Amino acid sequence: MNALTKPLNATEARRTARNHILTPRLETPFHPRLVALDEVNDWYNWAGYKAPHSIFDEELEYFAIRSTAALFDISPMVKYRITGYDAERYLNRLTLRDVRKLGVNRVHYTAWCDDHGHVLDDGTLFRLGEKDFRLCCQERHLPWLLDSAFGFEVEIFEETDEIAGLALQGPTSHAVLAEAGFAGTERLKPFDIASFAHEGGAVTISRTGFTGDLGYELFVSRAAAVSLWDRLWNAGAEHGIRAIGYSALNRTRIEAGFIVANADFVTAEAALRADRVRLPDEIGLDWLVDPDKPNFNGRRAILDARRNQTLKHILVGLEIEGNISAEHAIVYHRGKREAGLVTAATWSPTAKRNIAIASLTRPYGTKFVDDLWVEIYAMRELSYQKMMKRAKIVPRPFVKLARRTVTPPGLR
Amino acid sequence: MTSSDAPLKSSKTPANAYDAIVIGAGHNGLAAAAKLGRSGRKVLVLEAANAPGGATRGREFAPGFRSAGLAHLVNRLDPEVARDLGLTLTAKPGHAMPTAVLDGMNEPAVLRGAYGETIDGVTPEEAAAFSRLRDKLTFQAGILKRFLRRPPPQLGAIGIGDVSTLMAAGIGLIRKGRAEGRDFLRMLLMNVADVADEYLDDGRLNGLLSFDATLGIHLGPRSPTSLLGLYYRLTGEVDGRAGGQFIPEGGMAAVAPAFLKAAKGAGVTVRCGARVGRILADRGSTRGVVLTDGSELTAPVVVSAIHPQATFLHLVDPAETGTAFLRAIRHVRSAGNVAKLDLALSRMPNFTGLTGRDHAGRIVIVRSMTHVEEAFNPAKYGEFSQDPVMEIVLPSLADATLAPDGACTLSALVQYAPYKLQQGWEAGKPAFLKIVLDILEHHAPGLGRTIVAADLSTPIDIEAEYNLPGGHWHHGELQADQLLINRPTGAASGYATPIEGLYLASAGAHPGGGISGLAGWNAARHILAGGTR
Repeated sequence: MNALTKPLNATEARRTARNHILTPRLETPFHPRLVALDEVNDWYNWAGYKAPHSIFDEELEYFAIRSTAALFDISPMVKYRITGYDAERYLNRLTLRDVRKLGVNRVHYTAWCDDHGHVLDDGTLFRLGEKDFRLCCQERHLPWLLDSAFGFEVEIFEETDEIAGLALQGPTSHAVLAEAGFAGTERLKPFDIASFAHEGGAVTISRTGFTGDLGYELFVSRAAAVSLWDRLWNAGAEHGIRAIGYSALNRTRIEAGFIVANADFVTAEAALRADRVRLPDEIGLDWLVDPDKPNFNGRRAILDARRNQTLKHILVGLEIEGNISAEHAIVYHRGKREAGLVTAATWSPTAKRNIAIASLTRPYGTKFVDDLWVEIYAMRELSYQKMMKRAKIVPRPFVKLARRTVTPPGLR
Repeated sequence: MTSSDAPLKSSKTPANAYDAIVIGAGHNGLAAAAKLGRSGRKVLVLEAANAPGGATRGREFAPGFRSAGLAHLVNRLDPEVARDLGLTLTAKPGHAMPTAVLDGMNEPAVLRGAYGETIDGVTPEEAAAFSRLRDKLTFQAGILKRFLRRPPPQLGAIGIGDVSTLMAAGIGLIRKGRAEGRDFLRMLLMNVADVADEYLDDGRLNGLLSFDATLGIHLGPRSPTSLLGLYYRLTGEVDGRAGGQFIPEGGMAAVAPAFLKAAKGAGVTVRCGARVGRILADRGSTRGVVLTDGSELTAPVVVSAIHPQATFLHLVDPAETGTAFLRAIRHVRSAGNVAKLDLALSRMPNFTGLTGRDHAGRIVIVRSMTHVEEAFNPAKYGEFSQDPVMEIVLPSLADATLAPDGACTLSALVQYAPYKLQQGWEAGKPAFLKIVLDILEHHAPGLGRTIVAADLSTPIDIEAEYNLPGGHWHHGELQADQLLINRPTGAASGYATPIEGLYLASAGAHPGGGISGLAGWNAARHILAGGTR
C-alpha cells in the first residue's frame, strides 16, 4: 500500500502509521551516493538519520578537507523555517545575538537559552529574506519554538526532511563550485548567502562551514539533492573532491575551536542532572550575549550571574604535551586537584599540536590557569597506560587559515 | 530606615510622572495604592471602568434595581489590613449573620454565630459533632493563616522571616499536642467529603461544608485536596472569630467606597475610564504605562492589580518575558464555575421554614455532600448542573437603596456553571436560568410570580464585565498547585515579577481571592521593603 492510498479505517490508518518502525534509521537524500562510495560501512545515528563516521579512511578524509575538497552530507542537521511579520522580533527574543544586525542573505552563529539562561542549543541563523529565516541546529526544539511564538506573528515549521544539505569544504572547494558552473560564488564573503539555479529550481549556497577552512554549505530541495551531488562530484574530479564522514570533520572542528552540543556541553533540555546545565559564559559563548539589544530569553539570569559572579564553569582550549589524544581525560591542577574534563581532543596534523577543548570548574581556568595536567588513559592491549601530561591553556582556534576569509578565494 | 521608606521627592517630577502606578481600582488595587500612598509616594490608580471597585462595582441590572457587584457578603476582610488602612467596614451591631441551609425536606438548619457556634434545626448530638469538627478545622486553618499575611517564601532565597513563620507554624501545630499536629498533617490534603463523613451524619451540614469548600473552585467535595477550600474560608474572620460573615452597614455598596476613601486619604489619585493599553517594558524593567488613548504615564513601579493573565498576555510585550514564564502564565487554570444571579422581585420572598429575620442571613440550598458532588459531575464534562447548589443573599434587606420601596433584590452564587460550556452559553444561559428559577420557586413558593427582572451572569459575562479571564473571581484556581510559591506561577509568586518594577497585586497573587485586601496590601508592603525578587 503506498502512502497516498486512503486508509480504509482507523485501524488501517494506525497500521500504516506504524510502518515507520521498519526504517528505524532514516536515510538522507544523498544516501544512494554515500552507499556507492562507502568502503568501510561505519555508520552512526545523527538525529535519527544514518550518517557515516567514515567513508574510506578517516586520515585521508581529514586531508581532503585540509588539502583539496571534501563533501559532507549535513542533511540530518535540524532545520527550522521561521517566517512572518514578527520573525525578526521573535528570533531576537529567542536567541542571544541581535538579529536586527543580521542582514538579508547573511548568516550568523548564535545560541539560545531557557528562562534561567541555560543554553538549549547553538546553531546558525540564515536570513533568507526580510521576514524569512532558517535556523540550523543539533537538537530538536519545535515545542520550545512554538511556545516562544505566543504573541508573535510567525510561522514555524521543521524542514529537516524536505531540505537536503551538503558541506563542501577545503582549499579547492571554490574551484569545485566554479567548475560546476555556479558563477558568482567568488563574490561570497564569509557568512554570505546567495541563490543559484539548479535543475529548474534553486540551490542556496552560503560561505559557511564547521572546519575553519574555506568552505560552503549548499541547501536544496530533497528532489534535487542527488543531481546536485552529481554536479559537484563531476566538477570536483579534477580538484580532488572526496566524500567524508564525521570523524574527519570532527578533527577539523576541534582545530577550529568549535563546540558541539551534547558533546562539549549538555543542552538544558537534555540534562538530567541539575548541575549539568550551562550558561553561555560557561561554554565560551559569552561573546554572543548582547545586553544592549531588546530582551531575550535568559537575559536577566545571565547578567545576574555575571554581576554576582556566580558563573561556575569555563570552556578553554588546551595544548597538551605528547601526541596522545586526551579525549574525556580529567584535568588536574597541580597534578592532584580535579579542575575539569576534556570534552574533545585530537592530534592536530595541521597545527602539529596535541589539542583539546576542556570544561573547567572555576576558579580553575580563571584564577588558576597554570600548572594544569591531564590524566590520559590509553588502552594498550587490554591494559591502560596512564599518563599525566602537562596542559597549557591556549586561545582558540588552534588552526587559523587565511584562505577561510580571503575573497575572492583561490581557484586551485 | 531604608531608603525606600523615605518619602520620594515627587514635587519636582512632571505631571504625568508618578512614583507608582496601580492598574485596576478593585479592592486589592486600592489597598495597594493606599499602603503605598501612605509612605509619601505619588501614586496613581488607573481603572478601565467608569467607577472604581472592580468586582465590588455596583450596577443597575433592571430599572430601579441595583446589584452591588459580584460579591454579596464579606467573610475574610483581613483585620490587620482594615486597621492599617483605616477601613470603616463594620457589621451592623447585633446578631452575627446566620447561614441557613435548606434541603427542601426538613426544616432549615441555621448556623448562628461565626460558622455555627450554635445550630438550630439539628439534633444536639449532631450539633456537638459539628462543634468538634468546627473547632478542629478552625485550629488548623489558624496554622495556615499566618502564611497569608506575608509573601510566600522564595525558593533559593529563604529569609529569616520565612523561617520564623515556618517555626511559628510548627509550634502552632504542636501547641495542642502531638496528636492534633498529626491529625492536621493527615487532613491537610484530604477531601472535604471524607472529613465531614468522619464527624457528621446530617446531610445539610455535610452539604454546607462541601459547598463552602468548593464554591468558586473546580472541585467536587470528593475531589482530593478539596478540604483546602474550606480551610481558606475559615482563615477569614469577622470580629476576631473565624468563619464569620457580614454585610457592612450601608450594604455591599459600601465596600468599594471604603477602600477608595482609604486610598484618597493617603493622597492617591484615582482615574476611572482610563484603560491601560500597554505596560512599558524594556530589557526587563518597566518605566510606566501607555493608556489606550495613547497617553504615556511614567513610574518606576507599576503594580498590576488585575488578573495575571490579563497583565502578561495582553499588557506586557511577550518579547519582554521568557518563553517558559509566559507558558506558565498561559497555563494558569482560570476557568470559572460560578454563575451570579441578580433578581429584581416585587416583594420579599419567603423561603419555606425560614423565619423572617433569618432571611437577612446567608441562605444555602444544598441537600447533602452527594448533592454537591452530583452537581459537580457535569461540570467536568463542560455541562452545567441540572440540579445546582447555591448561596443566596437578599441584598436590599441590608441596603434599601438597591430596590424601590417594598421591592427586593435577590443575589445568588450558583454552581456549577463551567466557563467552557460545551453547548455555549448563548444557548445554555436561558436553560440554566430556568433551572435556577425553578429551584428558587421550589424553596420559596410564589417567588416566580414576583420576578420583575432576572439577570444571570455566566462566567463568560463575568469575564467581560470585570475583565476577569475565565470569569474566575480568584483570578486562577485556588488549588494546591496554584497556591503560595506557585501563585500565579513560581517566577512571579512573590509579588515581584521577572520584569523589574512590575508587581502583581490581584487575587491572582498570594493569598488569593475574596475581599480580604491581603494581596494588594502584601504587595505594597513588599514594594516598600525593597521589593526585589
